[in-house]
Amino acid sequence: MKHRGIAARCLLAAAALGALTAGAAAQDEKVFKLGVVAFLSGPAAESFGKPAWDGAKTVIDALNAGSVIKPYDKVGFGGLKIEVDLIDEAGGATKQVEELRNAFERDHVDAVLGYISSGDCLAVAPAAEQLQKMVVLMDCGTPRIFEENKFKYVFRSAAHGGMDNIAMARYLVKQGLKVADVGAINQDYAWGQDSWKDFKGSLAQLQPDAKAKVELWPKLFAGQYGTEISTLLQEKPGLVYSSLWGGDLEAFVLQAAPRGLMKDRLVIFSASDHVLQPLGNRMPDGVIVGARGSNGQFAESSPINDWFVAAVAKAHPGVNPVQPHYRGAQGVLAVKTAVEKAMAANGGKKPTTEEMAAAMVGQEWDAPSGHIKLALGDGHQAIQSNAAGRTKWDADAKMVKLIDIVHFAAECVNPPPGIKSADWIAEGFTGAKCN
Amino acid sequence: MNIAAAIFVDGLIDASWLFIVAVGLTLVFGVLNILNFAHGSLFAVGAYTAASAVGWYYGGNFGPAFLGYFVMLGAALLVAVALGPLLERGVLRLFYRRDEVVIVLVTYALFLILEDATKLIWGVNPYYAYEPYGLLGNVSVFGLSYVGYDFALVGLALVTGVLLWLGLNRTISGKVVLAVIHDRDMSGAMGVNVTRVFVLAFTFGVFLAALGGAFTAPKISVQPGISISVILLSFAVVVIGGLGSVEGAAIAALIVGLARAAAIHLMPSAELFIVYLVMALVLALRPEGLFQRMATRKI
Repeated sequence: MKHRGIAARCLLAAAALGALTAGAAAQDEKVFKLGVVAFLSGPAAESFGKPAWDGAKTVIDALNAGSVIKPYDKVGFGGLKIEVDLIDEAGGATKQVEELRNAFERDHVDAVLGYISSGDCLAVAPAAEQLQKMVVLMDCGTPRIFEENKFKYVFRSAAHGGMDNIAMARYLVKQGLKVADVGAINQDYAWGQDSWKDFKGSLAQLQPDAKAKVELWPKLFAGQYGTEISTLLQEKPGLVYSSLWGGDLEAFVLQAAPRGLMKDRLVIFSASDHVLQPLGNRMPDGVIVGARGSNGQFAESSPINDWFVAAVAKAHPGVNPVQPHYRGAQGVLAVKTAVEKAMAANGGKKPTTEEMAAAMVGQEWDAPSGHIKLALGDGHQAIQSNAAGRTKWDADAKMVKLIDIVHFAAECVNPPPGIKSADWIAEGFTGAKCN
Repeated sequence: MNIAAAIFVDGLIDASWLFIVAVGLTLVFGVLNILNFAHGSLFAVGAYTAASAVGWYYGGNFGPAFLGYFVMLGAALLVAVALGPLLERGVLRLFYRRDEVVIVLVTYALFLILEDATKLIWGVNPYYAYEPYGLLGNVSVFGLSYVGYDFALVGLALVTGVLLWLGLNRTISGKVVLAVIHDRDMSGAMGVNVTRVFVLAFTFGVFLAALGGAFTAPKISVQPGISISVILLSFAVVVIGGLGSVEGAAIAALIVGLARAAAIHLMPSAELFIVYLVMALVLALRPEGLFQRMATRKI
């Protein structure tokens, strides 16, 4: 009798546990847990991390409310509510690999979208592959991810950094701006070195007479550029090129502009649209600006772009969306497109990682910055159009506007499949399709 | 302008900034025997406070533009008075009898806490205090245009250094501080209020860190992360000069400033490691730094 009692209790407990688990599983089937990784602290938070998250969150909130326009009007991802697990990217690549494992194994996220630092992207991609879990890189620039590796579960929803500098060199030609010599100031790490190498290579193809006169390499987050500015003033190059970003770029402009470095000289800031609003009229007129894609002011009017600009303005009054906002949004829409494609193929069930990854290969979708294609890296790496323009302070609107904008088609500034971007630059952009 | 003159001027400007930033660190080490990792965060708090104060002052048109410099000075004082005694009495005092390594870890914890506290108060968006930067116009030196404010920083470093030296060496209070630096136990036995000296010296160290931040704010974008490079550079300067030596910090700042300027002008790719090369050379030849006092052995 006693034994029967215990057995009955065990049975009841097992049934209750089973019901709970089934309930949780049923709940899981209605929710898509998305890990989002961006710098929320540290020096890159202000320029890239927070705006990227703001852009992604704006879209995620609207998707959950079912208020995005067609073709993104289905609630969440194919009817699954999106639940975000937000992760701070600060702390280095080793920490990010740990965070990635935690996100998948402990927190059971269905996919991870994120990463701004190229070092973090390079570190988490093989880890995701090992875990056989889907990671969509949304911001980092290094071309090495898919040029040197093959991944099944890793994708990048934005173009890599190669196109940024090809577009800058093409802009000079398109605008008839002849360059005799260049002074370069770039941070001494992968981003700065790769950017300068790509720009120098592209310029050598398009304006072979242009010479690199001086190359300066301040360290990341140096903040003080007095001596570098003196060197550039002394060398008097016809063009000053820089891939500085965030607080470093702002400090450089604050220190260089009063000393006249940017007067009567061409200046290129290859990835700088995000400093225009903070700097305001301290940014001199005529500076050539890039935004790593047709982002921000470069984005052409389209239903999805107009919706996105209005949604950001509503969520963050006074903020003009710039490149990280756009890439955050672009990444969310990439995942949504893949999930819904996979659901259409499996009869509307929540897709598995395998189904999502298969659906995403080579996919195309419309983002606020234009039409995006996963054309490189065997259908894992995006290409997109790019643009450049020049700064002009608008006193009435109290903002720096971009004028003389030139757009470049994705195939004009991105290499075709099967060739590394550095090789494509070196052999003179064979097969480029320019408008 | 020949390169030698450019290196000298750029090096001097850089050295002035380095000295203002590093001298507080060496003073605190000299008196309290603490390598204060939170120094970088105190620099950042000074920069944020000054940027807020300058924004308030110029936004409200409260008076003549040049008074903005005094607003920045006031901001540094405010930070020192608010945080100096609080951190020394509230936190560091509790660890004086512990191992030196524990205190270093405590100051590192303070560094992290203050980093988050600044983010909590000011957020992650940048602050600017650019108005004072342009007030002094431009100066042409050997044909190169410099912002006058940079030379004002040279003056500020000079005044700070001279006043600090005179204060320590030519006043009774300064001699008391020197006595504590030399031997805190003996000073205590002779009736010196060592606790008070600790509080005052630490508060003055905080003031110097905040002063560095306040007067750097006009030429940078004040945002999270500005403290990291400051603590690394300050540490290098202090080690080269000799831990605890004000004169050493001045000479070391000059050496590092000139070495950095020479590297940028002559071999830009060497800029990143030149500071550490100088540090390694000095440590190889004089492990105690350039101006470290002879250590007395207690029996």
